[in-house]
Amino acid sequence: MVDYQPNQVLATKEFKVVGSRPIRHDGADKVTGQAKYGADIQLPGLLFGKILRSPHAHARIKSIDVSKALALSGVHAVVTASDWEQPSGKVEDLAEGSIHNLRFLSNNVLAYEKVLYKGHAIAGVAAEGAHLAEQAADLIEVEYEVLPPVVNFTSAMAEDAPILHERLESLSNPGLRSGGYKSDSDDSKGTNVANRFDFKLGDVERGFNESDVIVEKTVGTAAVHQGYIEPHTGTAMWNTDGSLTVWSSTQGHFNVRDLLSRMLGMPVSKIRVIPMEIGGGFGAKGIVYSEPVAALLAKKANRPVKVTMSRTEVFEASGPTSGTNISVKLGASKDGKLLAAEAHLIYESGAFPGSPVPGGCNCIFAPYDIPNTYLEGVDVVVNRPKAAAYRAPGAPAAAFAMETAVDELCDKLGMDPLEFRLLNGAKEGTRRATGPLMPSVGIIETLQAAKEHDHYKSTLEGPYRGRGVASGFWGNGTGPASAVAIVNADGTLNLVEGSADLSGTRVAFAQQAAEVLGIAVEDVKPSVGDTESVGFTSNSGGSGATFKTGWATYEAAQEVQRQMVARAAKIWDVNEDDVEYVDGALQHKSDPELKMTFRQVAARQNATGGPIIGSAGVNPGGAGPCLATHIVDVEVDPETGKVTILRYTAVQDVGKAIHPGYVEGQIQGGAVQGIGWALNEEYFFNDQGHMLNSTFLDYRMPTVLDLPMIDTVIVEVANPTHPFGVRGVGEVPIVPPMAAISNAIHSALGVRLNQLPMTPGSVLEAMWESEGVGASK
Amino acid sequence: MAEVWIPTAMLPLTQGQQRVLVEGRTVRQIVNNLDKQFPGTKARLYDAEEDDLLPGVAVIVDGDASQMGLLERVGEDSEVHFLPAIGGG
Repeated sequence: MVDYQPNQVLATKEFKVVGSRPIRHDGADKVTGQAKYGADIQLPGLLFGKILRSPHAHARIKSIDVSKALALSGVHAVVTASDWEQPSGKVEDLAEGSIHNLRFLSNNVLAYEKVLYKGHAIAGVAAEGAHLAEQAADLIEVEYEVLPPVVNFTSAMAEDAPILHERLESLSNPGLRSGGYKSDSDDSKGTNVANRFDFKLGDVERGFNESDVIVEKTVGTAAVHQGYIEPHTGTAMWNTDGSLTVWSSTQGHFNVRDLLSRMLGMPVSKIRVIPMEIGGGFGAKGIVYSEPVAALLAKKANRPVKVTMSRTEVFEASGPTSGTNISVKLGASKDGKLLAAEAHLIYESGAFPGSPVPGGCNCIFAPYDIPNTYLEGVDVVVNRPKAAAYRAPGAPAAAFAMETAVDELCDKLGMDPLEFRLLNGAKEGTRRATGPLMPSVGIIETLQAAKEHDHYKSTLEGPYRGRGVASGFWGNGTGPASAVAIVNADGTLNLVEGSADLSGTRVAFAQQAAEVLGIAVEDVKPSVGDTESVGFTSNSGGSGATFKTGWATYEAAQEVQRQMVARAAKIWDVNEDDVEYVDGALQHKSDPELKMTFRQVAARQNATGGPIIGSAGVNPGGAGPCLATHIVDVEVDPETGKVTILRYTAVQDVGKAIHPGYVEGQIQGGAVQGIGWALNEEYFFNDQGHMLNSTFLDYRMPTVLDLPMIDTVIVEVANPTHPFGVRGVGEVPIVPPMAAISNAIHSALGVRLNQLPMTPGSVLEAMWESEGVGASK
Repeated sequence: MAEVWIPTAMLPLTQGQQRVLVEGRTVRQIVNNLDKQFPGTKARLYDAEEDDLLPGVAVIVDGDASQMGLLERVGEDSEVHFLPAIGGG
């Protein structure tokens, strides 16, 4: 039995509300079923939408006949890609933080000319019942010219590979996202390589020449799904003034609004998107699938339409993350100093360009100070669902390659793996492989906390048991964000903020407002505003919400504080400069008789000038990067190859934990998803590109029965560019687990598994290939 | 003068120089002056239609990813990098 020690705190600054663990404001609604999720929307006259999807991984659409579906009684509308204008293939920048190629996005929502993966949406149907819509979708007749599919990067990059996009431009420039179509005059040979780029630092050849020890390896990771419980859902209703209202399960309702604006060709001011409670997103609910089809159907039917995916549709047509192939070479001196590193990262982006290979390149060497590096990233389209962001996009696969290579290097050097990381750990000012200097970061502190933890110091005994460690880096994101703080007459505060709440961020914002104003967090009522009730706020992604919207909340609360001071001065008929705000109370600096509480001033707000409202819109820089180091003990069953996690400890720099309970939850959740990625999860395709395990029965995610308690250690190296020291926390915990478990399996068996997932079958095969290893145990 | 790090793909435009010194108090001035020294670089970084950096290009000034793009202030001894914008999850 492990003694659970909740966390370790290094930050010295103490707060009253920040750092406490209040009950979340939305908790009661969620545990009693009162909370409203996307599919809970019921409207008068609501129709149900269903999507007809491709049975082929790669085919040209020769014709679509919807007449039989439309003739079915109760069917109100059918839409296809011909129902909207095809945007150009130019890379678009929405100028508010989101980058999409609108043509690719549009063609992913409704296929145009070609279907590019099994499950690719072709047509939408709206009918008076969900089953009727399904029946009508089956009546749509599509004539295909079936084409050979390319189901992985190897076949996609072959000389004679079938080409997904005949006019795809293969990029090689600093604009590395998404790609686009080449000009009509360019008749160069087609390619499935959407992008190839590299980074050079120092002299990598000389670094390897000077190295005493060199390790080289290649690893592969399977595509996995984000696995959110709630499927994608969107409901659209056109209003009598020609405006559109959309209810969405999304990580970014402003992004949904802006994408709909571009796709439907109407101004953002005519679209209102209402974010519903969200049953998980993990990155993949930052874009649109259902909402545009619902809007098209609702327009044609002149009735509101709801489109909700089934689980199989979620697997086959949304997400997943990329399958990858990564080669790493490391060189070090005999005393363990890293001298050179080289990596080549190939990421499958699915049917359209835009894999997270830039994120992989950005993170792979980031935990280390390496003077000579070379990085190459390659983005390849294949006949699979378009890859979507998944928790630290690109970084987990990169860390699997790097951190297992580091483990091999430590073996060769005879060094303790945490000592090696401490010796080579990046610090503030370290030159990164991508060029810039590392900002303030807690890499060393995190490694020290891991090394000093009881888990690492303990002895692991018994056959087929092993311990592994690995680290992972994530840069964290930021972006524009907004908050409005409205003071009520009873001394409470309504806080309307713009970040969709994926993980309890509402309470984190309420805590930051309460801290500034010196009031109880229970006296702050936070809510997520829709696109017409709060200013633009970028997606809840990149682990940026608590940072950026926390900043907006902080500023809005400061504005409330200033107004409270002015009102107190007015009541006392004194100069504002003579009034100070201390611990939720107003007081005169020199006259102790003049003192009022926040509540007393709030009660007199209307008589002293009107409602007190603070608001702020920000776009803060300085989202601090973070490191996680995980320690795992495993036991391998030599008969079945099953890997059991015996003990797991996740150590992470979080800057400052606003609500430590939810930070621990994020760390545990990320670790569990990483364990699933390591041991069980994979998209299993046949050679025709058909996914064969598109249900939760066959797609094996870990459950509580598979796992021990995930012990968490919170390390707080305050981010100097946030008022409370916040760094993002949600993504980095998924980065180390795969490498940590692989290293633990090596420790247990003496064999290395370089392909994810490390299923019982692959463990057994590795044991058999390494003849005698099992017998020696 | 600010030190600008040139992305690998643009090295042919700077005759292989990975780091160059460029005058400028803002990223816009840096991009314009870089193009005067090394013609063709601006087209790889700047979207004239949108009057902004090209989609997907992030500018990092002194280690911090800028939220201001062309308007970002650049110091006399600043270090400026043009890198891919990284998406989060």
